[in-house]
Amino acid sequence: MPEIKNTSRKIVKLMQGNEACTIGALAAGLDFYAGYPITPSTEIAEICAEELPKVGGRFIQMEDEIGSIAAIIGASLTGRKTMTATSGPGFSLMQELIGYAALCEIPIVIVNVMRVGPSTGMPTSTAQGDVMQARWGTHGDHPIIALAPGNVRECFDLTLRAFDLAEKYRVPVIVLTDEVIGHMREKVELPEPRSIHPLKRKAPSSRAGYKPYAADPEGGVPLMAPFGEGYRWHVTGLYHDESGFPTQKPAVADTLIRRLQKKVDLNVDDICEYASESLDDCEVAVVSFGSSAMSALSAVRRARTEGIKAGFLRLKTLWPFPEKVVASLGSHAKRVIVAEMNLGQVALEVERIIGTTSGGRSKVERLGKVNGELFHPEEVFNAIRGNT
Amino acid sequence: MPALDYFRKERLPHIWCPGCGHGAITGALVRAIEKLRIDKNKVVIVSGIGCSSRAVGYLDFDTLHTAHGRALAYATGIKLSRPELHVIVMTGDGDCTAIGGNHFIHAARRNIGITTIIMNNEIYGMTSGQYSPMTPKGMLGTTAPYGNLERPFDLCKLAIASGATYVARGTAYHVPLTIDIIEKALLNPGFSVVEAISGCPTYFGRKNKIGGAVEMLDWIKDSTINVKAAAVLPPEKVAGKVLIGELHSAPEAEYAALYMELIGRVQRRYDDYIGEVRECASNSD
Repeated sequence: MPEIKNTSRKIVKLMQGNEACTIGALAAGLDFYAGYPITPSTEIAEICAEELPKVGGRFIQMEDEIGSIAAIIGASLTGRKTMTATSGPGFSLMQELIGYAALCEIPIVIVNVMRVGPSTGMPTSTAQGDVMQARWGTHGDHPIIALAPGNVRECFDLTLRAFDLAEKYRVPVIVLTDEVIGHMREKVELPEPRSIHPLKRKAPSSRAGYKPYAADPEGGVPLMAPFGEGYRWHVTGLYHDESGFPTQKPAVADTLIRRLQKKVDLNVDDICEYASESLDDCEVAVVSFGSSAMSALSAVRRARTEGIKAGFLRLKTLWPFPEKVVASLGSHAKRVIVAEMNLGQVALEVERIIGTTSGGRSKVERLGKVNGELFHPEEVFNAIRGNT
Repeated sequence: MPALDYFRKERLPHIWCPGCGHGAITGALVRAIEKLRIDKNKVVIVSGIGCSSRAVGYLDFDTLHTAHGRALAYATGIKLSRPELHVIVMTGDGDCTAIGGNHFIHAARRNIGITTIIMNNEIYGMTSGQYSPMTPKGMLGTTAPYGNLERPFDLCKLAIASGATYVARGTAYHVPLTIDIIEKALLNPGFSVVEAISGCPTYFGRKNKIGGAVEMLDWIKDSTINVKAAAVLPPEKVAGKVLIGELHSAPEAEYAALYMELIGRVQRRYDDYIGEVRECASNSD
């Protein structure tokens, strides 16, 4: 574990995706971690157990994943930056409380190192089957942000960013990696620690008249007081009014749920990130994310050398879905191939967007894989060439 | 400070039915806090889901109404994060011993400094009268229309076996006793359990033909015996009665305090640090 504070030196190291996630979290100011062992995410817990007490932070191994997310929500309410990490089965267990954090606007970060599913599956082969669960796993309409690192360095960058987004919008943020990204080792150059300025939670200015769920005029997000500081406020998973107390009034309920959703909807441009290559003149675009995108990029580059006008789009933000850039593909690409290790979860979104914006000029093709193996670049190349 | 000053008066009246024992138990908690002169600003009260868990909305502290069964897990995060706070959990028999049973035994095992008050009305009241893991065998519930076949937990024995360091049982009838044991529970630095038998005349009393509020209190009085009295009575006078009073007190090192000691041992002094990049044993390469 490299030191991440008070040094002006860059860190260049061979490291694993899970390790980079953890260092990114520490760089963001993580000071409370609760988790339950599950492959392929466990390295994150192991590093946190060792490193957090050294910086005055806390680590606890809870009795299950529900307890883990509950503990980080509790700790976040005391003003800490909190995280848990898990994989498919544990992520399924966390769903109810992801909704709790969304409704009560409690910043938390969840790393889900995806593995095959449903159920125990084929431990612990890689997959990307939790895209829709990340968006809609909990009941009811709710805001969510999900980021998908595509390499080890990005595990650092996007986990760091996940904390900033969680604090800025008071929305649970999910970092969706997968077994390949989590366990892959790459040479990584991390930014100079002094150049990192993680976002601090905006606190209310006075106790008098504190309304915990009144939208702050600046940014539209309510200001959050830490427990134990004399605000004596109430948090509930019941629909609540600006005072935080339960309501049964339809108008107040409607206002609340729409305001929560708008925190994300009105800030899509701030939240969404992607990477692309050779899109401008492409006739075949490949859309992918996470580890699948490594194979997809390799295939697109090969296609270019063979004279095929192929382009590449890698989504770094999955939720909110980066609609604008996906819609732009429909203006020139005749074919849009979605390469993902599931049977078409991102493809569903791409089909919806291309279907409504391209006027039928562009066709979406699903390239799914669910056998626990990463794509071979050849598979994506064959799809680009049109002879799958 | 009068007891009412610990309430959010503007949130009253409460939602509990006439004759419900939860008000007496909530009042006992507030009186224990008052007797100990604990700073209102340093108390966090956490609850789960059910009739009991609505108590926190009426109390003037930092309060957290969580999800069904999970109060202790949320409270664990709060206590470990801020060990100096008094963290109290208010829960019910269904919330704590069915859906939250695993968190209960593990919080007890860790001996984390949380005072847990279980308002045991022996029924799921909020969902209108289904049997719970604390419903006595043979009693009726809407999901036990022919009588409950299951054996109930002895929650205090479960707490002791799981490692709780203070365990006591009070009731909505024996209010001075309940105030006294909650006070002692709050003074125990580790995991404390107070089972407070409450009466649910609306669902439990009516379904089992015990009667209304007064008859429920009589039923509680007649079915319990103080542990000190029981110790000097012949066994036949104690048989079939539920013991009340202090059942277990064996203080041990509290979990969050142990963690703070760990931090003291391993924390580096960043402020003084200007040297090279340090690396530790978990270095992946």
